[in-house]
Amino acid sequence: METVISIKPLLAVLVTLFVIPILISSSARPNVREAWIFIAGIIKLGLVFSMLPVILEGKQIALILFEIAPGAELAFRVDGLGMLFAIVAASLYIVTSVYSIGYMRGLDEHGQTRFVSFFALALSATIGVAFSANLLTLYLFYEILSLATYPLVTHHQDENSKISGRRYLVFILGTSIALVLPAMIYCYHVTGTLEFSTAGIFTGQLSRPAATVLLLMFLFGFAKAGIMPFHSWLPAAMVAPTPVSALLHAVAVVKVGVFSIVRVMTGIFGVGLLSAYNLGIMVMIIASVTILVGSCIALSQDELKRRLAFSTVSQLSYIVFGVALLSPQGLLGGVIHIVLHAFGKITLFFCAGAIFVATGKKYISQMSGLGKKMPFTFAAFFIGSLSVIGLPPTGGFYSKWNLILGTLEAQQTIFMVVLLISSFLNAFYFLPVVYNGFFGKSDDEGAESPVKIQEANLCLLIPLIITAVISIVLFFYPTIFINLVKVGLGIS
Amino acid sequence: MDNYPVLIVVAPFMTALFAGLFIWIEERLSYPIVLTGLAVSVFSAVNVLLRVIASGTIQYNMAGWPPPIGIEYRIDLLNAMVLCLVSGVAFLNLIASYRSVQQEISDRTGAYYTVYNLFITGLLGVTITGDLFNLYVLIEITSLTSYAQVAMGDRDRGPLASLNYIFIGVIGASFYLLGVGYLYMFTGSLNMVDVAVIIKDSQGSSTVLVAFILCILGVWIKMALFPMHVWLPNAYSYSPVVFSRAVAPLMTKVMVYVMIRLMITVFGYDYLFQKLQISDAVVWVATIAVLAGGIMALAQKNLKKMLAYIIVCEIGYMVGGAWLGNRLGMTGAILHIMNDALMTFALFLGVGNMIYRQKSVDLTDLRGLFGKMPWTMGGFVLAALSIIGVPPTCGFFSKWYLLLGAFEKGAYHFAAALIISSLICAVLFFRVFEICFFEPMPHGHENLHSHGIIEEAPVSMLVVSGIVSFFLIFAGLYSGTIVNTIILPFLG
Amino acid sequence: MSDLLSLIIAKYNYWLYVILMMIGLYAMIAKNNLIKKIVGMNIFQTAIILFYVSIGYKTNATIPIIKSADTGHGMVVRAADYINPLTSCLMLTAIVVSVATFGFAMALTVRIYRRYQTLEEDELRMRLSE
Repeated sequence: METVISIKPLLAVLVTLFVIPILISSSARPNVREAWIFIAGIIKLGLVFSMLPVILEGKQIALILFEIAPGAELAFRVDGLGMLFAIVAASLYIVTSVYSIGYMRGLDEHGQTRFVSFFALALSATIGVAFSANLLTLYLFYEILSLATYPLVTHHQDENSKISGRRYLVFILGTSIALVLPAMIYCYHVTGTLEFSTAGIFTGQLSRPAATVLLLMFLFGFAKAGIMPFHSWLPAAMVAPTPVSALLHAVAVVKVGVFSIVRVMTGIFGVGLLSAYNLGIMVMIIASVTILVGSCIALSQDELKRRLAFSTVSQLSYIVFGVALLSPQGLLGGVIHIVLHAFGKITLFFCAGAIFVATGKKYISQMSGLGKKMPFTFAAFFIGSLSVIGLPPTGGFYSKWNLILGTLEAQQTIFMVVLLISSFLNAFYFLPVVYNGFFGKSDDEGAESPVKIQEANLCLLIPLIITAVISIVLFFYPTIFINLVKVGLGIS
Repeated sequence: MDNYPVLIVVAPFMTALFAGLFIWIEERLSYPIVLTGLAVSVFSAVNVLLRVIASGTIQYNMAGWPPPIGIEYRIDLLNAMVLCLVSGVAFLNLIASYRSVQQEISDRTGAYYTVYNLFITGLLGVTITGDLFNLYVLIEITSLTSYAQVAMGDRDRGPLASLNYIFIGVIGASFYLLGVGYLYMFTGSLNMVDVAVIIKDSQGSSTVLVAFILCILGVWIKMALFPMHVWLPNAYSYSPVVFSRAVAPLMTKVMVYVMIRLMITVFGYDYLFQKLQISDAVVWVATIAVLAGGIMALAQKNLKKMLAYIIVCEIGYMVGGAWLGNRLGMTGAILHIMNDALMTFALFLGVGNMIYRQKSVDLTDLRGLFGKMPWTMGGFVLAALSIIGVPPTCGFFSKWYLLLGAFEKGAYHFAAALIISSLICAVLFFRVFEICFFEPMPHGHENLHSHGIIEEAPVSMLVVSGIVSFFLIFAGLYSGTIVNTIILPFLG
Repeated sequence: MSDLLSLIIAKYNYWLYVILMMIGLYAMIAKNNLIKKIVGMNIFQTAIILFYVSIGYKTNATIPIIKSADTGHGMVVRAADYINPLTSCLMLTAIVVSVATFGFAMALTVRIYRRYQTLEEDELRMRLSE
């Protein structure tokens, strides 16, 4: 595969890092500060997009920064998969920045400079994960991301966020040190390299039991992916301000977890090894359990953000599930779900935040009839729900469709049933919210009093409309992302 | 030109004497005098390191007497690196010390600086010398001056802590001296290389065995390897912070250097790992040391004491790595000498800054420090992450080699201990961070949302913190280079 | 048994130093009074000094000062006639070290006594934990 040496991936990572000192120095002038965030975000997105044509041609962009040990450098390599993830993260960062201005100022939150600074750091780390050339680099950025998000999760600095922060650390940092680190070093010890390659790095050094243990260590070690039983940090992390939940806990952080698992399965083990040892089934079972149980728990949640969180837990496992099918359709469906779920879920979170800012309501049972006051928000919520459920005309349809095709291709009909059941469950926990929102009776007002439209402010409204629209657009134009997946995984 | 090796030691020594004289003439001058001495020392050390890298081991015969009759300074890559480290840390600490000394021991500044420079002289001498008895004398110089500095600390507990430190120190040094006596009995020489040549052919001798056991035991006592660590926490935590900042990173690390020197240069790999076959037992001891250090640290309520126990834990890392008996483990141990010195220094710099403002570092006195001292805490967090082993800080990379060495040897218990201690350190430090981040400040600033006024440490201390923080990252990113240019050539 | 006995007698100097060392170590560890501990420390160090001096000793040898340097015709110095000077020289340094340590330790006890009016370790520990 042709490789182009370029400094762009490094720049794309560093842009949001270098802007942090500027953010801190302009903390007294919020408008200037926010302007810098946009400048950085746009430069970042520009850099990412400027690499897109090269990637689509089937080339890769590489840059070696530091050699730590032979076969384990700090190095970037941009391929289709990384590009796909970077586009999602970088573009949603800009949208979320708009949203967070509205949200943070709307609620008059403290420590806004700290908030935006760590947000920028988290984004740098996310892009770093996307562009990592090997497992060592990926691990590095993974850990930076874990730590950068801690102050965001605990932003409120109260007892509640302290407990959640603790749980967050135990699960995220604990598993990555206790499971991923030894697994990674063992891989290096056995093979002498950590470089991702589609053929995998093992050449017969690994017995089946060893491979199983290693795979499980990676699978649970990347706890950001929220595979049960290492999922409970995600609902806990919902104490964070909504922009964090939206970008980080629906897109960046959780997808980094899934992305890492995808990388390990396709780049370290390799599809060949996994199917030779028949390990896909094991992963599929684990993922299926998470999918179903996550959906069931989501049904019982009354707090909207927690419901969304459990929905995320279950949706993330779709991606793992798709990859574990080890068939081209399954891989495509799984990886493309990274994108499609991101746009759908972030819309839902934006809506939850907008509702909270406008009305102060967090619980679904209070939201009855709210759709009349906030029609745009609820319409967007509807679109987001459709996308997550996987119904046309939204992008989510594609991933579900491909996943189902994948199960058929891999002749795993039972697992197709899992997907279908889960889709029903998704519909069950999302659509009533919308239905009650539009048609239910609101409890705090008399029915006859005229309903005025009381949307949240524009900074909150515009982002959620944008992401909702993109969710629909993706139904009609998913080609770029599909091509990226095909280029990245070498599927024709 | 050719006298750089001796200048490394003589410059701080002579300036110490001058500074001592100036106590009666003009006490204020003693500070610039000792500072100059250390600056010369740093300059010479760096110069020597570069020359050793370029053209190999330097031998310097004191007063022109050739070895084995005269005392030889023998500088290879290993001690050139340690020399740079010791002189560099000592110099930086002295810069940061100026204000602390004024505050803590204002009545005896001249005396303090004199003793301090003598202490550093001792450490540098220990590192540079190629003579076994000379090593003993310099160890005692180091010890005597450190007893004195401990006694200058806490007025209630300092003297007693110092006295207990003396008892243990004397036992350790005497064991070493006794071991040297047996070596001399057998070989009639005190020059390390000479001794090594003579004992090479007679390794079955019980005299050599006794000599070895006594020397190593003495060094272990001096470096506070568990369970011979009891003196360390009290000595380090009741001493003035200016001294803990120097002794914590340097003393134990230099003793680890002595151990490695004895292992590699004097007794030799063949003797230790073929003839004796005690490496398994030592690695077990190290494993227990790592775990016990971490667990005891958990029980501490004072930050300084907590850090002291972490040192006990880190000693286990290095001893274990060195005794794994493979190149990777030894690489890890040597790299960790440098990295641990940097991280411990950075942590204690943070403590120094806190003490400067807060007077006490009981954990409960640290409330609200993120708001009060953001820069100090930033450096402290970075150092803590390095101890935990989060990339790209340097602590991760030495752990990387140590783990690889453990896997290669099949010492999975040691690997497990490394991982567990990382987790324990994470708990330890995040417990501190939680106090600093969540708890409101004790008086006046109850309202979290209006941050307390920033009251930072003096600029001189902050600058040093900043420099060391930079080195934490720098040494991490360039650890591949360090390993390739210094450690691997040294190991041959 | 007789082998052991002859071993002890033949190398009595080593046994003496070992016994002295053990006495010193015992005092340092087991005694409650700080002064006694310091005395133990001193005995401990002295034992090692004796050990060193005794390994330099040779039977029927004298102090290493060459008396007849001016005999003129072909001065012959037989090393076997003189004891090894190096060990004694080394011990000069070691004595200096031990004196310094001893002096410093005594100074500390003075300070401890002024502060707490006692040198018994258990009492000190009680006072400190108050």
